[in-house]
Amino acid sequence: MNIVMNFKVLATLVLSVVLFSCSSSDNGSEPDAILGCTDPNSNNYNSEATQDNGSCEYGTYVDLEIPVIFNNLLPAPLIPTNNSQTIEGIALGRKLFYEPLLSGDGTQACADCHFAENAFTDPNQFSTGIDGSIGNRNAMPIYNVAWNFNEKFFWDGRARNVEDQAFGPVVNPIEMNNTWPNAVASLQATSIYPDLFFEAFGTSIIDSVLVVKAIAQFERTLISGNSRFDQYLLGDTNAITAEELNGFNVFMDEDRGDCFHCHGSDANPLWTDNIFHNNGLDTSFLDNGLGIVTGDPLDNGKFKSPSLRNLAYSAPYMHDGRFETLEEVINHYSEGLVFSETIDPLMKNIADGGAHINEDDKADLKAFLLSLSEPEFTTNPDFQDPN
Amino acid sequence: MKKIALLLILAIAFVGCDNDDDTPDPILGCTDENSENYDPNATQDDDSCTYPIEININLSQNWDGTNITLADIGTTEFTNEHGEVLTIARLRYLISKVILHDSEGNEEEIEGYKLADLSDENSLVFTSNAVLPSGTYTRISFVYGFNEEDNITEAYPDLNAATWNWPGMLGGGYHFLQFDGTFKDPNGDSQPFNYHNGTAKISDGVFEQNFITVDVEGLSIDSNSTIDIKMNVAEWFKNPNTWDLNTLSGSLMGNYDAQIMMNQNGQNVFSIDAN
Repeated sequence: MNIVMNFKVLATLVLSVVLFSCSSSDNGSEPDAILGCTDPNSNNYNSEATQDNGSCEYGTYVDLEIPVIFNNLLPAPLIPTNNSQTIEGIALGRKLFYEPLLSGDGTQACADCHFAENAFTDPNQFSTGIDGSIGNRNAMPIYNVAWNFNEKFFWDGRARNVEDQAFGPVVNPIEMNNTWPNAVASLQATSIYPDLFFEAFGTSIIDSVLVVKAIAQFERTLISGNSRFDQYLLGDTNAITAEELNGFNVFMDEDRGDCFHCHGSDANPLWTDNIFHNNGLDTSFLDNGLGIVTGDPLDNGKFKSPSLRNLAYSAPYMHDGRFETLEEVINHYSEGLVFSETIDPLMKNIADGGAHINEDDKADLKAFLLSLSEPEFTTNPDFQDPN
Repeated sequence: MKKIALLLILAIAFVGCDNDDDTPDPILGCTDENSENYDPNATQDDDSCTYPIEININLSQNWDGTNITLADIGTTEFTNEHGEVLTIARLRYLISKVILHDSEGNEEEIEGYKLADLSDENSLVFTSNAVLPSGTYTRISFVYGFNEEDNITEAYPDLNAATWNWPGMLGGGYHFLQFDGTFKDPNGDSQPFNYHNGTAKISDGVFEQNFITVDVEGLSIDSNSTIDIKMNVAEWFKNPNTWDLNTLSGSLMGNYDAQIMMNQNGQNVFSIDAN
C-alpha cells in the first residue's frame, strides 16, 4: 500500500514538474488548437475542443433501411462522414425535393422532373425547364444512390457524390435556372424553413451546402430492393414465373443476352455496374457523354449503365430517352447495334448487329426485366410530396 | 507525458532498489520495445532484437517486356503471336492467396485479394507496407483467380458490386480475367474480342477448376523489398496455344476448350520481380 501511495504522490509530482517544464519551454507561444465541435447543443460536442471545425451534428440519427438482398451481397452504403442521416435532415430534404422555391421563378421543384410514380425519373423524353427550355437527356431515375460505389453521378459522371449532384439542377439554365443566393434567400424568407434547418443542422442561417446535404439525405432513403425477383433470390421460388426465369437465363447467357457484364446479376442486385459504356446506339455522336467530362475522345459516346430496377415505371429508355418501350431496347441489343470507334467490345456481335435473340427469348427477357420492378417503391408514403 | 512520468517513477523506484540491494545479475534479452521479441524483464540488451520487415507488392502488365499502362488503353496497337493487331479496351484480373515463404519453410500469407484494373492505378497496388515477421523470404506463391476454396459464389461484396461474378450456369464464383479489346480481321475491319477466363464448364452442372497457382523460388525478399507481380499480356495468345482471334473472339466463357487453353497459356503469363 505504501508503495502504491508513494507512486501516486510521485506521479503527481512528476506530472506537475513535467507539465510545468512543458509550458515554460513553450516560449510563450499559443498551444495548438484542438479541433472539434464546440457547440454544446450538438450531438458530438467535444468539451476539449478549442476551435470549431464545422463537424457539429444535430438531429436524431437514423439508419438507412437496407434491403435484405443488399445486406447479403453488397458493401455497406456510402454515407459521407460530414452528412449523417437524421430524421430531421431527411424530412427537410424531402420537403426541399418538392419545393418549387428552389427554381428561378418559384414554379419548379426537383420532383417536377423526378416523379415518385416514375421511380423518380421523367416520363417525358426530355424535361422542360422553367423557361420552356428542353434538355437533351432523359432525367435519371433516383434510387439506391448510396450504393453507387464509383460515386459518379449523371449520365456523364460529372458529379462526384449525391450532394454534388444536387447542386446542379438548381442553377442549370435549362432546368431550374436559379442562382444559389436567390434560392437560399427565398427559403430564408419563409416562416418555416429557418426552423427546419435549425432542427436538422443547428443553424437557421440557410446556405446552399445545407440545402444539398438535406436533399442528399432524402435521396439516400430512396431505396429499391424488394422486387419479385429479389424475393425469388431470397428463396421464394413462387415469386417469378417460368418465363421470367428463362428470361433471367437469357440475361446471364453470354451467347444470348449477355447483359450481366454491365447490368449486374443475381450476385449484384444493383443491376448496374455504375460504369460508362458506348452501347452501339449511333455511328457518330450528337452528345459525347463521358467524353465531355473527361475531355478524352476515347470516352466519347459513353454513358452510365442505368440500373434495370423499376423499368416498368421509368420509360423512356437510354440517356436520350430514344426508346419508348422495352421491346425497342431489346431489339437494339439483338439487331440494332451500330459501330463507332468507342463502342464497347462487350457489344461483341456488332458485325451482325447484335445477338439475334429469338422472339420467345425476347419476350421472356422482357418479362424478367419487369420482375425487377417494385410497385411499393413508387407508392411509398415516405417518398411523396409532404407539402 | 504519462509515459515519461512512469519512466521517471520507475527510474526512481529502481534507484531506490539499488540502494537497498546488491547489484542483481543483469537479465539478458532484447530491450527494444519496437522489436518483435522485446523482453520486458530484460535489463541488458544482448543484440538479440529482431524487427518485422515491411514489403510492398505491386501488379503490373507488359507486352513481351514493354510496360502497359492505362495510357495504352484504346490507343496502343499490339500484335499477337498469330499476327492479329489489337488494342486493349479493358483488362481486369484477380490475384489472391499471396504467400511468402522463407527458407525454413515458414509461410506468411498477405491477407485478401485484389481485382486489378488497368484503368485504375490504385488497384495495381496489392499491398503497401505490409508487415511480416523478420527473415529473408525466398519464395512467393499466389493464385491467379480464386482457388476452389476461395471461389465461393456471391461471397465477396466488393467483387459483387464490381459485377465480377461468373454466371452460375457456368459454375459460379468469379471471373479470373476480363480482357476486352478490338482486333483487325483479315479485311482490316475492327472486331471486338472478349477473352474472359474463369471456371470451365464441362457439361450442364459439371465444372472444372481453372485457376493457376504461380510459385516462384530463388528470391531474396527482406525489409523494404518491392515485389512486382508481372503479367505478360502477350502470353495469353502464345504458348502452347497460338490464339487465333478470328475464330476465338467472343462467347468464350462457356467454351470448355477455350477455357482450358486459356489456363494452359496462363501458365506462362506471370513472373515476379523482387528488389
